Amino acid sequence: MAVKVKIPVPLQRLTQGKEEVEGAAGTIISLVNDLDQQYPGLAERISENGKLRRFVNIYVNEEDVRFMKNEETEVKDGDEISIVPAIAGGM
Amino acid sequence: MGFVRGLKCRECGREYPVDPIYVCEFCFGPLEVVYDYDGIKKVLTKEKILSRPQNLWRYKELLPIDGEPTVGLHSGFTPLVRAKKLAEHLGMKELYIKDDTVTHPTLSFKDRVVAVALSKAKEFGFDTVACASTGNLAHSVSAHGAAAGLKRYIFIPATLEQSKIVASLAYGPNLIAVDGNYDDVNRLCSEVANKHNWAFVNINIRPFYAEGSKTQGYEIIEQLGWKTPDAVVVPCASGSLLTKIWKSFKEMKEIGIIDNVNTKVFSAQATGCSPIVAAIKEGTDVIRPVKPDTIAKSLAIGNPADGYYATQVIKETGGFGADVSDAEIIDAIKLLAETEGIFAETAGGVTLASAMKLIDSGHISKGDVTVLCITGNGLKTKEAIEGHTGEPHHIDPNLKSFEEVLKKITSA
Repeated sequence: MAVKVKIPVPLQRLTQGKEEVEGAAGTIISLVNDLDQQYPGLAERISENGKLRRFVNIYVNEEDVRFMKNEETEVKDGDEISIVPAIAGGM
Repeated sequence: MGFVRGLKCRECGREYPVDPIYVCEFCFGPLEVVYDYDGIKKVLTKEKILSRPQNLWRYKELLPIDGEPTVGLHSGFTPLVRAKKLAEHLGMKELYIKDDTVTHPTLSFKDRVVAVALSKAKEFGFDTVACASTGNLAHSVSAHGAAAGLKRYIFIPATLEQSKIVASLAYGPNLIAVDGNYDDVNRLCSEVANKHNWAFVNINIRPFYAEGSKTQGYEIIEQLGWKTPDAVVVPCASGSLLTKIWKSFKEMKEIGIIDNVNTKVFSAQATGCSPIVAAIKEGTDVIRPVKPDTIAKSLAIGNPADGYYATQVIKETGGFGADVSDAEIIDAIKLLAETEGIFAETAGGVTLASAMKLIDSGHISKGDVTVLCITGNGLKTKEAIEGHTGEPHHIDPNLKSFEEVLKKITSA
């Protein structure tokens, strides 16, 4: 079992159109770097200098990682990760 | 015939053609509409604006459509009310209410953004529109979408005020009540938007939709006699309205309709959901998301997409922010109603109560020409003040009974 990662449309070009991919357990940033090995270019889109980009939201089992430890949040096998661009609404 | 040059990433500057897309493929930054201001300057004059019908499309060259507008032909151009009694109460010299409680057709400023979003969605050829909403957007997409003949999927948090749910259902949309808060609904919708080829007004139509907010700013300028105010207080959820009002002021200068802009922009939030104001007060531009807990549900966005840009506008203009408790919100709703005869929804209470704090703290001077953006009608959130108003005087249907009550009232 691995960590399941849902890929948003703007990044699916890098994952050969796959909506969901698998990566290794560890911190979010190590997961991102692991995915980059499989799908080159992905890490650069999501992170910059080891930090998540400002407009990238990452959820672990539907919880925003900013309520946990950001890119240092630990994820384990079986967790579901969503990568979601920030979206608008309200005023 | 339009003046849109394309879309541009606000973060990295990469350019994109006009498509129903909303994030930069490279850095995930939001996309912003870019206009040919030199071209607009040549055709859009005060005289031309004044010659047109009083709705938001009188500024159509500054809005992101290519053809003639098709939706919201009666939206916008709400009153700018000189609030003399309220000003006196607060010791202010010149105070105005931008009164979007009476926006056509659903009584909130969302009718502006949806007018633009749906006009654009029709240009793109969509037959189905959708949105994630805290209520006002649900109303507006339901109503404007009905009139425009579009299929509608409206996603709301299931905990929304009952009056807002009923008011949306009246227009016959597909209303999806999600067991979660607004941020959950939004996250879900971004996944739904990946799967279904719909015009999601606040997702893939967002760059166009958000531009509609600028019309509130253009109107403020026109209604003040072609000048900007010294201070403007704007309620913030995602922070989009605040950034767009500022953009509208700068655009009016850019195209030469006004000569200068010296406005301080202020953010108003409820203490139970104040990630933008918290960042302003801490002097940082890092927005820390929160779990909302406030009666101001239309502002209950814990993860504000434009929060960063809102902090930049406030920094650039020398503004500030204030946050207020639920009790302060209720008191302010009543104060606005009792002094100016304007019954605002909870977000309006947030704006007025925050403005009062900013006046008290000296961030807004008593001599500043100040505009408060009141964005929605109180009938939409009347639950919020239930139990906080007076009670009716019950009498028998005869004069004696009335006279007895009248004696009590006048001696109180």
